[in-house]
Amino acid sequence: MAELLQFVFSGLTVGAIYALVALGFTLIYKASDIINFAQGEFVMLGGMTTVFVTLAGVSLPLAALIAIIVTTAIGLALHRFAIEPARGASPVALIMITIGASIFLRGVAQIIFDRRFHSLPSLFGGDPIKFGGAAILPQSLVVLASAMVIVTLLWLFIDRTLLGKAVIATAANRLAARLIGVDTRRIVDFSFAVSAAIGAIAGVLITPIALTSYDVGTLLALKGFAAAMLGGIGSALGAVVGGLLIGLFEAFAAGYLSSNYKDAVAFLIILVVLVSIPQGLFGRAKIERV
Amino acid sequence: MRTLLETRLLPAIVVAVIVVILPYFFPSAYYFRVGALVFIFALAVVGLNLLMGFAGQVSLGHAGFLGIGAYSVVIGPVYFGLPSWLCVFVGATVSGAVAFLVGRPILRLKGHYLAVATLGFGLLVAIVLTNEAGWTGGPDGMSVPRLALFNWQVRGSDSWYWIAGATLVGGFVLALNLMESPTGRALQAIHDSEIAALVLGIDVARKKLTIFVISAMYASVAGSYLALFNGHVTPDIAGFLRSIELVAMVVLGGMGSIVGSLVGAAVLVVLPQALTIFHEYEQALLGFILMVFMIFLRRGIVPSVAATFAGRRK
Repeated sequence: MAELLQFVFSGLTVGAIYALVALGFTLIYKASDIINFAQGEFVMLGGMTTVFVTLAGVSLPLAALIAIIVTTAIGLALHRFAIEPARGASPVALIMITIGASIFLRGVAQIIFDRRFHSLPSLFGGDPIKFGGAAILPQSLVVLASAMVIVTLLWLFIDRTLLGKAVIATAANRLAARLIGVDTRRIVDFSFAVSAAIGAIAGVLITPIALTSYDVGTLLALKGFAAAMLGGIGSALGAVVGGLLIGLFEAFAAGYLSSNYKDAVAFLIILVVLVSIPQGLFGRAKIERV
Repeated sequence: MRTLLETRLLPAIVVAVIVVILPYFFPSAYYFRVGALVFIFALAVVGLNLLMGFAGQVSLGHAGFLGIGAYSVVIGPVYFGLPSWLCVFVGATVSGAVAFLVGRPILRLKGHYLAVATLGFGLLVAIVLTNEAGWTGGPDGMSVPRLALFNWQVRGSDSWYWIAGATLVGGFVLALNLMESPTGRALQAIHDSEIAALVLGIDVARKKLTIFVISAMYASVAGSYLALFNGHVTPDIAGFLRSIELVAMVVLGGMGSIVGSLVGAAVLVVLPQALTIFHEYEQALLGFILMVFMIFLRRGIVPSVAATFAGRRK
């Protein structure tokens, strides 16, 4: 029982990070139909920038804030200078641009930062809390609580503000949104900025537990993408549930089977789910018009 | 002459000419090595282009087949004493069979869902290759026994240049003929609209599966060649980054352009070699160039350039 609880907690912690990455994928996809494979680099940039700004003598909260602002600016720049000029290109070409961007960001990160692994001190110390026989890192609770806060804030924002409604309108039908006076370019700008910020926060949160280096982005992007697809692309609820599920699959597979095959189990389950529910758990089936 | 220029095999003839003429401009053996790599990758890219460019189905896991082909020419000779050349065919058969089994369920998925399913497949292959160390040597990989054809030990870069070049020409001929066949036309119909193709009486599922199997076999042969040529193989060959590289070659060269496959492979094989002089800036530059290419030549190099020329002629 204690073992099970332990796996559930470690699964949920990692899963929360996947969920945040998946949320970033979803937000950008909603606003622009683009799958942004540079999403994982936002997480890396958040973590790495915080590490290096604290090394320069800045306090941790301030460093985290700087990292989030820097990453948000990079997310905006990605849209303005790489995605926007290629407007009208095919979806695959746009995906290739984001992949190019992720290689670029990784390359720049290894020049500006370095190629070593780094960690950050946990906000509430590193002593695990005993709970029902399981040892839980305080940072895990921070991750889970923060993820919950972000998801709630995002939901409130989308649901309750005018800008949020504009996002929904853009997602539903870009042309119609533009006709009723929504500046869709600004909405896409905004979605890239928020996705980058969420990614950066995820990076700051996970670094005390999982370490960071210039190349952690690829795997996170993969898992986040898989989570978004498992939940059904375009569904925010799906992204969160998908992320948490993949985290749990991995933790159980690593605990009960073999840690070598944890990724294999996660993807095997994704394959099985997608084959039985082709539009993902919460996605809507697309109807093709002829 | 006129009929020769209008034949559908023109691209294959052009490639054959390139393969033959290019060595006259090679200052050193190193260029044979790069040339061989370009041709080997181009072979895999032609296969993937059939799937992506013509049938409109994305695969983010094609390196998995590269991996199956590569490890076939290791496991066959080392554990079963089979000759390497035979293992190239065995690998292609195994890849085709795996593609058939995997493709049946996952090709029903569309767009990004297919992308994530194929991605999962590729990762599974890479994970198995990494962890079944008893057969595959684990993460460090294994050295590959040299290819022996009759009594000829194939080792030099120039030999591989010719073998890869000849195979690529063969691959071109096959692909070009396939595209003009009823299957090829059916695939293009599927690309435009699956529902419309279905209504026209095309067995969509079966055609998609056929092309998936064929493209897997292309990748497998390329993987076998790559392993035999390098003399060493690691699970990285089946990794996600390799799959992405193959897709990048297809898109960069031009989706649906068979000639583009060679151009895309050439750019992405030569570019990193050329960029090594920039040392730590290599990756950043590669990413930057990829972005710039895709922004300005969004339809891929060959179709974009062709469109420019066609525009001028008018």
